[in-house]
Amino acid sequence: MKRRKFDLASVPGKTAKGVDERLQVATPLRGLLNKVFPDHWSFLLGEIALFSFIVLLLSGVFLTLFFDPSMKEVAYEGAYPALRGTEMSAAYESSLRLSFEVRGGLFMRQMHHWAALLFMASIVVHMARVFFTGAFRKPREANWAIGIALFLLGFLAGFTGYSLPDDGLSGTGLRIASAIMLSIPVVGTWLSASIFGGEFPGELIIGRFYIAHVLLIPGGLLALISVHLGLVFKQKHTQWPGPGRTNSNVVGERMFPRYALKQGGFFMTVFGVICLLAGLFQINPIWLFGPYRASEVSSASQPDWYVMFMDGLVRLMPAWQIDIPIGDGYVIPPLFWPAVVGLGALTTVPMFYPWIEARRTKDYRSHHILQRPRDAPERTGLGAMAFTFFVIATLSGGNDVIADKFHISLNAMTWAGRIGLVILPPLAYYLAVRICLGLQQHDREVLAHGAETGIIKRLPNGQFVEVHQPLGPVDDHGHPLPLDYAGWVVPKKMNRLGALAPAVKGFFFPVEKPVEAPVSPAVPPVAGRDQREEITSGR
Amino acid sequence: MTSDTPAGRRLRVFNRRRSAPSRARRRFGAAVRMVAALALAGGVYTAFAPGALAEDNRPLSAAAQEGKALFDNSCISCHGRNAEGVEGRGPTLIGVGSASVEFQVGTGRMPMTRQEAQAERKTPQFNQDQVKQLGQYVQEIGGGPQLPSGSLTEDLKQNPEALARGGELFRINCTSCHSFGGAGGALSSGKYAPSLHGATEQEIYAAMLTGPQNMPVFGDNEITPEQKREIITYVTQQLQQDKDPGGLFNLGRYGPVTEGLAIFLVGITLLVFAALWIAGKS
Repeated sequence: MKRRKFDLASVPGKTAKGVDERLQVATPLRGLLNKVFPDHWSFLLGEIALFSFIVLLLSGVFLTLFFDPSMKEVAYEGAYPALRGTEMSAAYESSLRLSFEVRGGLFMRQMHHWAALLFMASIVVHMARVFFTGAFRKPREANWAIGIALFLLGFLAGFTGYSLPDDGLSGTGLRIASAIMLSIPVVGTWLSASIFGGEFPGELIIGRFYIAHVLLIPGGLLALISVHLGLVFKQKHTQWPGPGRTNSNVVGERMFPRYALKQGGFFMTVFGVICLLAGLFQINPIWLFGPYRASEVSSASQPDWYVMFMDGLVRLMPAWQIDIPIGDGYVIPPLFWPAVVGLGALTTVPMFYPWIEARRTKDYRSHHILQRPRDAPERTGLGAMAFTFFVIATLSGGNDVIADKFHISLNAMTWAGRIGLVILPPLAYYLAVRICLGLQQHDREVLAHGAETGIIKRLPNGQFVEVHQPLGPVDDHGHPLPLDYAGWVVPKKMNRLGALAPAVKGFFFPVEKPVEAPVSPAVPPVAGRDQREEITSGR
Repeated sequence: MTSDTPAGRRLRVFNRRRSAPSRARRRFGAAVRMVAALALAGGVYTAFAPGALAEDNRPLSAAAQEGKALFDNSCISCHGRNAEGVEGRGPTLIGVGSASVEFQVGTGRMPMTRQEAQAERKTPQFNQDQVKQLGQYVQEIGGGPQLPSGSLTEDLKQNPEALARGGELFRINCTSCHSFGGAGGALSSGKYAPSLHGATEQEIYAAMLTGPQNMPVFGDNEITPEQKREIITYVTQQLQQDKDPGGLFNLGRYGPVTEGLAIFLVGITLLVFAALWIAGKS
């Protein structure tokens, strides 16, 4: 029999051909792999959330292998001596076993928790990027609303997960959740009783939260994330303005190989940072909280940071109780306003912001080019206002720790939060709008007069003036012709115009010349230094 | 209120009073009974009262005299000449006992720097001997709780369950102010529960016994001396020694507040720089 020569080089091609002959995937795949993504660091913030979600799924699966979601009472006989002999639920007992006896268990638990904090933090940072650059405008309104829904789902996932170990802190959180449900007029008692299966805490809640935490909420998250990403693919990514970029094209890198490799690298970075956090920083030491007992509430019992704004609003709410004398009398406790109305409003009203803004500005066109925050001062002001409110509420959620560690009276912290919540957001709005207008003004000034050179010239009449380098063509008198405002970075220093050494140095210096250096479309080639007249003292 | 008394009974009482002895005889009888009662009370007192307490100036021991000298120098302006307290400045020290003095002076809280919500722990002004002398003085003039001698912790080799029992008692009695990890916490109006990480076993015992600053007193009938020793064992053997795993940094064990701070200061910061770096490489 004739020996056939094995041609290694042709294997990939032949395999690909074989696959395509059977599945007909070449055309759609070519489109996908050639899809172009614009490249900017701020577009990677959402990816942090996506990648930490993947880490959450992986570490979460590991945790389910050892966790027992049961409230059966057992006596602890495990490896941690300071709890031995204590009566506790099987859920808490298995969480302790997971932490102390399962190899790598504590690391995985800490990874899961840090990844959850990172997931929520990157959602908020990503949301800020989308908001302040106007990326939510038509046609991406739905994706913005989905993003808010993702935050809300993440909030619920975080809260249910926080409750699962059934330690002292979990139980305190559940008690507060039960109180919030009870504060709802008319349906409150039924709602709480149906969720807890009777009186708080009952024996069912851990099992119910478990199924919500490992199946229902992650299922919802996964579905919404898929739609979120699908819409980014379908509607294409927004891009910054710049040379060659218009509202109808996308300038960037192809999906394969460069963009995919970058994304792979960034996934590894996110994974690495989460591992670093999990290995270096202790999080949620459940063994110190002890098993949940209704009578044991530690000071500094806080929710995780993304729930803290609600806790803060509850702490700041004055004790205004409303008694309604109908029948036996209804009571609306003060808790209802911040915890139910506040949370409801803060998570649903922002969903409608894209439509509200479009209606206000009467701008119903599609936008694929981003705006710098300074170019939409009112939106930036509104965002500054919202974030100031969120930050004050969040800080007030930890006001006892802040008061203690910085030696401030807790009462003073509470009042500062109450007054700050009313006064600071409008102030932030005003400052943000003024700063935006000032920055715009400066950009326009440079476009009209040129960049400052730092060269002082003395005129024959004794007057000193600074020489400006025009960015564009000049008229007969040497005065720069005014340039159009393009809504993008204006070079304001001579080294940005290529007159001096590059401004970016060291580690961050680009290996190659960047495709889209941050220059205005209107920048002319700048003449070299030797063509300039030497400046002398004039003698 | 006599509405529920039958009319006949009321009448009878009235009648009996009418037939009572004459006014002069009643007064004489009362005087005799008064003299007899006074004689009895005085006699009993003289018979039973110990003579020593009747002495006005009990001689102080040598240590207490040293303590009195220190007291007259450093404490008298707020606590008064005989530790009876000064209105608006400092409370009386009669009955606080040497345990309280050893805690307050031994941790540097007394003498206070200024009048404020709560005295702060600082470098003590007096050395161990002087603290003992001051304590002896206050003990001798007013009495009060004293620290027991002997070990204030349980030996975990002989009594391993003490650690878990101490933890349970700690979570029931102490965490609501000092927090689960002993990091301390805020109280109202500038008052606070201090961190337990620098506290010695004597200090913790004395604090439970005397309730310094804003802490409630945990007397021996509330938490027995054995339970106190178990709590001290948990604090010194478990919380202070930072035995539990979970990384190089425990973030001060302030709970989710510092964890939330860490995710932004470490996690988000690192990743934003990574994003800047990756996006910069084209």
